[in-house]
Amino acid sequence: MSIISTASLARTFQTRLGPVAAVRGIDLSVREGEIIGLLGPNGAGKTTTLRMLTTLLKPTGGAATIAGRDLATDPAGVRRACGYVAQSGGVDPQISIREELVTQGRLYRLTRDQAAERARELADTLGLADLLDRRCGTLSGGQRRRLDIALALAHRPKVLFLDEPTTGLDPGSRADLWDLIRGLRDEHGTTVFLTTHYLDEADALADRLVIVDKGVVVAEGTPSALKLAHAGSIDATLQDTFLAITGRGPAPADAAPVAV
Amino acid sequence: MFVQDTALIYGRYLRQSLRSRFALLFGLLMPLLYLLFFGPLLTGLPLGGGGSSWQLLVPGLLLQLGLFGAAFSGFTVIVEKGQGVVERMRVTPVSRLALLLGRVLRDATVLVVQAVLLVLAAVVMGLRAPLAGVLIGFAFVALLTVSLGSLSCALAMRVATPQEFGPLVNAVTLPAMLLSGLMLPMALAPGWLDLLSHVMPLRYLVDAVRDAYVGSYTSDHMLYGVLVAVAFATLAVTAGTRVFRTAGA
Repeated sequence: MSIISTASLARTFQTRLGPVAAVRGIDLSVREGEIIGLLGPNGAGKTTTLRMLTTLLKPTGGAATIAGRDLATDPAGVRRACGYVAQSGGVDPQISIREELVTQGRLYRLTRDQAAERARELADTLGLADLLDRRCGTLSGGQRRRLDIALALAHRPKVLFLDEPTTGLDPGSRADLWDLIRGLRDEHGTTVFLTTHYLDEADALADRLVIVDKGVVVAEGTPSALKLAHAGSIDATLQDTFLAITGRGPAPADAAPVAV
Repeated sequence: MFVQDTALIYGRYLRQSLRSRFALLFGLLMPLLYLLFFGPLLTGLPLGGGGSSWQLLVPGLLLQLGLFGAAFSGFTVIVEKGQGVVERMRVTPVSRLALLLGRVLRDATVLVVQAVLLVLAAVVMGLRAPLAGVLIGFAFVALLTVSLGSLSCALAMRVATPQEFGPLVNAVTLPAMLLSGLMLPMALAPGWLDLLSHVMPLRYLVDAVRDAYVGSYTSDHMLYGVLVAVAFATLAVTAGTRVFRTAGA
């Protein structure tokens, strides 16, 4: 039984220059407790896919279920089952970390006491306990990312979506975040679905990679299987494998608009 | 659920307003300047209507406060869109109506507080009006704020770039101010202008509050004012909620 499954999921944007098919038809099946890495060149449709799966963007074609909830008919159910961290994060720099965490818990319908308790718990787990009364704007990049993830975990979601979670972080913070993500899966069985441009990250973290290009899935499998199939050897670098699959380096000129 | 959600969002934004008390006072500046430097010009003029010139001007200034205060309410949405806060909230199960209503009720609270201060200043300047009429005036300010705040937030969700937002809002607020007879009653206008002003919903609110300020609570103006204000608010909140539900395209 897959926790995420999509069938021909598609999104076409209407622009002044005519329709742009950002996602042309994605078929995916993710098992509970898997860590999935979604890779692809800029404009391949990664963020659009994530935004559809988290109910932020209505698909223009296809269907998906997440944790048994249908994306089209039960978006509220999908929201209760998922946590999402956007590329940009999402905190008000003027508000204290405690207030953001408690508000987030309340948005997920925890009671006041439950939300306060959960805020303390998350702050402990994510190394934010000493920072609770600081304003969000005073956090370092690594602390900010941990707060973003803490917010997404407020309701103990079954599925966590992370959009480029380690972009802009120093190597130490990235390693910490990888441990954190592995811990979530190992201790809570959380399914993690992340996009990344860092191939070492994909290699180190993901159980299975899904490579999208021009809005469709062009390859998927374990890192080793992909290396063997596309770069000829299990010892090949993921970089060579990635270039062999997508067949190019720079982003195409007709890249889809980047969703903000 | 819905009431709790709205209270939660309202509290978040009310605390935001309370953190910048300076901005709260600054919002009062424009109507206060009109009151001080424009109001005295009207005291000897034949303006029509039953009461003093203050009973004509202050209702106009109250709705001007609501108009400009609420029309730019979407700026906070634009800032929070950039921060990612809007999307972070939209992936939670929180009610979409609450996301909008919590914000615009905060705006209504802030503007009614400013309206109270403005009326107090007007009393010092010479305004005398029945208390019930003054309270009715505040209710209209609140309704107008909820309506325009909703439309402003909806517009802010829709505009592609923040730069478009200011000019678009100005393009609406200035004609609204001129065509509603905010500063001087449309009774002074030539026929064509008076006729044209009837397409501007705000005109009906201005007429109603002016009637309230002279103690005329059961006039046609009052009836039309209430109908237009309530219908406008219903439409605006419905449209705004739709945008919060579907935005992202």
